[in-house]
Amino acid sequence: MTQYYQQKPMLQQATLPNGLTILGEHRPSAQSVAFGFFVHTGARDENHACESGVSHFLEHMVFKGTDQLPAEMVNRLFDDLGCNYNASTGEEVTTFYAAVLPEYFETVFPLQAAILFPSLREDDFTTEKQVILEEIAEYADQPVYVAYDHVMQLHFREHPLGQPILGTPQSIQSLTAEQMKTYHREHYLAGNIALVVAGNFDWDQVLELAAKECGHWPAGETAHPCRCASPAAQTVVIAKPALQQQHIMSISPAPDSCHRLRYAAEMVSIIVGDDSNSRLYWELVDPGLTDIAEISYSDYQGCGTWLTYLCCDPEAAEDNWQAVRKVLEELDTKPFTVEEMEQARNLLATRLVSRGEQPMHRMLAIGQNWHSRLEYRSLDDELEALDQVTMDDLQSVIREFPLRLTSTVSVGPNTATL
Amino acid sequence: MQQQIESIVLPNGLAIVSERMPDTRAAAFCWLLPGGSVYQQPGKAGTSTILADLLFRGAGQRSGRELLGQLSLLGVQNEESITPAHLVLSGVTQARNLVETLPVYADILRRPHLPEEEFDAARSGLEMTLASNEDDPRQKLTLELRRRTYPAPWGIPADGELADLPTIDMDDVRQLAKSSLQPHQAIFSVASSLALSDLLPTLEKLLGDWQPGEITAPPLPPTTGGYDHLTHASQQTQIGIAYPAADSTHPDYLKAWAIVSILSGGMSSRLFTEVREKRGLCYSVSANLHSLKGAARVICSASSQNERAQETLDVLLAELQRLKLGIAGEELARCKALAKSSLVMAQDSTSSRAASIARDWYQLGYVRTLQSLKQQIEDLTVPDLLAYLDRWPLANLQILTVGPQPLVIHFNQ
Repeated sequence: MTQYYQQKPMLQQATLPNGLTILGEHRPSAQSVAFGFFVHTGARDENHACESGVSHFLEHMVFKGTDQLPAEMVNRLFDDLGCNYNASTGEEVTTFYAAVLPEYFETVFPLQAAILFPSLREDDFTTEKQVILEEIAEYADQPVYVAYDHVMQLHFREHPLGQPILGTPQSIQSLTAEQMKTYHREHYLAGNIALVVAGNFDWDQVLELAAKECGHWPAGETAHPCRCASPAAQTVVIAKPALQQQHIMSISPAPDSCHRLRYAAEMVSIIVGDDSNSRLYWELVDPGLTDIAEISYSDYQGCGTWLTYLCCDPEAAEDNWQAVRKVLEELDTKPFTVEEMEQARNLLATRLVSRGEQPMHRMLAIGQNWHSRLEYRSLDDELEALDQVTMDDLQSVIREFPLRLTSTVSVGPNTATL
Repeated sequence: MQQQIESIVLPNGLAIVSERMPDTRAAAFCWLLPGGSVYQQPGKAGTSTILADLLFRGAGQRSGRELLGQLSLLGVQNEESITPAHLVLSGVTQARNLVETLPVYADILRRPHLPEEEFDAARSGLEMTLASNEDDPRQKLTLELRRRTYPAPWGIPADGELADLPTIDMDDVRQLAKSSLQPHQAIFSVASSLALSDLLPTLEKLLGDWQPGEITAPPLPPTTGGYDHLTHASQQTQIGIAYPAADSTHPDYLKAWAIVSILSGGMSSRLFTEVREKRGLCYSVSANLHSLKGAARVICSASSQNERAQETLDVLLAELQRLKLGIAGEELARCKALAKSSLVMAQDSTSSRAASIARDWYQLGYVRTLQSLKQQIEDLTVPDLLAYLDRWPLANLQILTVGPQPLVIHFNQ
């Protein structure tokens, strides 16, 4: 008889006296162990006036080492052990993560833990500032990122979620190492951090290492006030006459990260705006009117977003945007079908399962879940929640959070205001 | 853990390669069909992409809408791409749906409708994709560097050329479909919890009587180097350097791979350290080994703000020249550690394994086990690498920059 999957992972959880949360998902058959520190800090925690981009810049500076570990040693030690490691900064969380063969976990863990409290040396700070400015310039040359940054700023206006993750050339130029040290001191507190481990590991060893390497971290946590955005329906045009294509993005409010309808929202984004076999696909991509017409759903604390993206011939931008609008407005009169719901459910299940294969991806998913909801879910929990989404849920979500083109940014040669 | 790799070639030529991964519940698959960009008629670049699009606009008893609906219902996340050698149809689903997915793909490959009335839509979609590439300077650099370093037809942009699109018609698509949608030189790979014996009866029933054709890939001519610049209004200048290396069928391949790993294999690698960490010249810098069957290139790329781009190019070239001056034992040890980890970790990913075993079968005619690769990498020595650098000197460099101003090349070919 064919066996499809027989091994259920084991979930474990602990908290150190200083408040550090530890989560483990043990799967002994995995080839590697992945672990990550999820620090509850990101662009939305920054003081926009004087420290925009500091969370992301600090993420880079972590790899510049400590008093005992100069920068070049950090990278060498990770590479010596064949470690697959990196970090990322978002609006709400900064993540430092690594995957290694199980036999090296004991050596890599203390290194990763130590660098979370870096020296922030002045000369490293000055060199890395140039790297950050290059990163900003790199994204500024890609129209899709220009559109995204602007539409987030437009939609969230004064709300902290509108702040650019990388900061601006001006904010980075004027940022000092002292400001970064203060930011680090205020946010890198054990109560703000979760350690997540997934794959092939020994739980007792994890607890022992965490107590030894992280037990002395300062306790405490910072407040993360959440409020809803209050977007004003607006369209902004950014003229880029040399571009070949028009890039149009629009945001409207969607369920937040704790909303009971967030799985339904994921399914709605697939039914209406997946890159294949969705309503937008059949209306615009299949007939060759555009090559991209998509919707994605993102959930943040206190707010969520529907992001609609159209990329097409500039001359056809107005007509195509009208066609997008029509598909969204017709959701009121053309209810979802059972077939659409089951197709979306199965596609989403495949995405969850294939992303869950590797310890690295499971670790990132568990950490994201914990960060957003203080909730610990196995892959089976996720699949079960997906199975429970009903047609009523799908209809409820678009009734409560209608898919509309609320805050819109158009980048390209066509300067029409749509 | 012992890998469970099985293969069979059906009498009509279709190669079926399977890796059994008992602990996974995803199932990934890949169809490699001999319909890549080198098989297009000269001046008709884009025919392969249009064919790939039309394949999903109806097949067998299903219309396009029914076909995509059925794939979604089976949870198939499908993707189509064009490489120089292949038209690639890949996908991932849950293992429990895999057997049911096979008849849908058999229809796509053997009974596609290729509706003429939808040709214009497919071509128009491609036109916009190619125009988008023009807007992305990094993408432009990648495509244009490959065009210059690999002679035609191997270097032409695999997705197509804007200028060629108006000359392509439905007859070109039908002709390519006829020559490429057949089992001769086609490969089906799958990585899942299923054994080959779980799939073979269905595959034989669906594809056993598929009639083979004859197809031969055009030869790969030798290359020469040079410098070229494309003007683009941007904040950064994109820099690309390509030069010949041992390809995946060559006995020196793993040495070439190790050299590239020393250049760019981790954050302590030479390029990352010298260009980014010490000088802060860029955010992105990398070197990759890009291999066709019979030819390969080391491809280095970086991007810096325009006023700093000259220094970045100078440092990149200096680092490439410095390789022959010596390699430290610890650099090779680090490269081996990275290789060992990535090979072992690949065993947790069905998508990665399905793509790898198909590629191996095409390029080598067999599948390398991760254990044998690990051992061969473990056996490499510094003298091996230095001898490789003597056999494959830094020559025939093709350099390309994309940005507001050209740069100066401080390097004698």
